[in-house]
Amino acid sequence: MNWEFIEKYLPLYQKAAVLTVKIGLLGIVFAILVGLVCAVVLYYRVNIARQIVSFYIELSRNTPLLVQLFFIYYGLPKIGFAMSAEQCGVAGIAFLGGSYMAEALRSGLESVEPIQRESAKSLGMNSVQTMRYVILPQAVSTSIPAFVANIIFLLKETSVFSAISLMDLMFTAKDLIGLYYKTTESLFLLVVFYLIILLPVSLLGSYVERRVRYAGFGS
Amino acid sequence: MAEKILEIKNLTKKYGSQTILDGIDLSIDKGEVVVVVGPSGCGKSTLLRCINSLEDIDAGEIVHDGHKIGMVFQSYELFPHLSVLDNITLAPIKVQKRDKAEVKKQALELLKRVGLLDKADSYPRQLSGGQKQRVAIVRALCVEPEILLFDEVTAALDPEMVREVLDVMLDLAKQGRTMIIVTHEMQFAKAVADRVIFLDGGHIVEEGKPKEFFENPKTERAKKFLDVFSFDDYLKDGEGI
Ligand SMILES: Nc1ncnc2c1ncn2[C@@H]1O[C@H](COP(=O)(O)OP(=O)(O)OP(=O)(O)O)[C@@H](O)[C@H]1O
Ligand SMILES: [Mg+2]
Repeated sequence: MNWEFIEKYLPLYQKAAVLTVKIGLLGIVFAILVGLVCAVVLYYRVNIARQIVSFYIELSRNTPLLVQLFFIYYGLPKIGFAMSAEQCGVAGIAFLGGSYMAEALRSGLESVEPIQRESAKSLGMNSVQTMRYVILPQAVSTSIPAFVANIIFLLKETSVFSAISLMDLMFTAKDLIGLYYKTTESLFLLVVFYLIILLPVSLLGSYVERRVRYAGFGS
Repeated sequence: MAEKILEIKNLTKKYGSQTILDGIDLSIDKGEVVVVVGPSGCGKSTLLRCINSLEDIDAGEIVHDGHKIGMVFQSYELFPHLSVLDNITLAPIKVQKRDKAEVKKQALELLKRVGLLDKADSYPRQLSGGQKQRVAIVRALCVEPEILLFDEVTAALDPEMVREVLDVMLDLAKQGRTMIIVTHEMQFAKAVADRVIFLDGGHIVEEGKPKEFFENPKTERAKKFLDVFSFDDYLKDGEGI
């Protein structure tokens, strides 16, 4: 192992890691928003919108992120939607993650007894208030383990960003290997940086999961 | 003359081809306590759910002139993610936009009245069935409904907890609240009711003062229904099977 090399290129990896995290997290935030909208549409069985959402979910879950990114990066500009590579990365994660988040939240929503809705209605709540104050908090706490799994999955998926020439961790590693043939060092740094990003997420996730297990409110 | 607060005219409710309620006429005065009894599956819950607009109706009308209606369910239906106090104050604060401090004060007073002041910060899962049901009643009261519906609110409770819930309801009756109560507790019905309604086959088969109804039912069907709750025959014969 050449430590000099490692020291020299550490800042490059740091920069790449910041980019990976930035795009990954931004994409995940949008994925959660997309998932929320889709899950609510499915839960209330909104006509037409429901068919569109189901179609999107199948499309998103059954195509690789790489293909989705190519489509967004190379395909969309042809119909007048040009975005920067970073924006494409965010959009890709949001597109892929949206369906996973939707499924996670939908099963959470469906685990709430329907009579809770009636109970809320009897107290005078309209359907938006019922969703916001009664159904959603319960659904989210049931969905937390699935959310955490999805977040880790999506952060790992960012490794295909290099394909649209985003200078993320994977790109940096490939670049250095290509330039200097320092394969061991480059890969070592790659693994370390992914662990630095993912381990805290994973640990935080299990902590939150333990807190909300069995939706054990008040325990 | 008493003021009419709720009027049900020719209420008809079907599930598929099955007619559950077949032209029910019923009017309720302010401050009246009406107990609805009848065999299982006769449509008591359906009647309450229609009154509370939880079900669409197929014909007839329910006139409540904007009087607010509250309901207490057999299975309590407290919100598990909220403390007792938050369960009670959620709707008054978020829906009715009332002053937080004032609502909280009212909630604590009501909790005290049902003997649960010390449970204000507990979560539903930390309460017994009887305690949960008393909280559910307080929660319904706190939105200040003018008509309260109770659907077999003691049916899921262990016998020793039934009384604590019934006492709360007797207290409400004494305060002059308008209530429609579905129950299988016949002694309680006799004590609390101003009027008893016997529902069977989608119709109101008999209605009257509780004393009359329970001691001298006029119809055969009511007699047969009430016999189910009595062990007099057994005691008379004194012989086993
Ligand atoms: N959602 C529904 N879909 C179809 N049928 C229903 C539905 N809800 C109730 N029913 C039927 O309507 C009839 C009346 O039901 P309801 O629950 O009102 O009876 P009930 O008098 O409250 O009985 P119980 O004393 O057992 O609570 C029953 O035959 C029941 O099977
Ligand atoms: Mg019932």
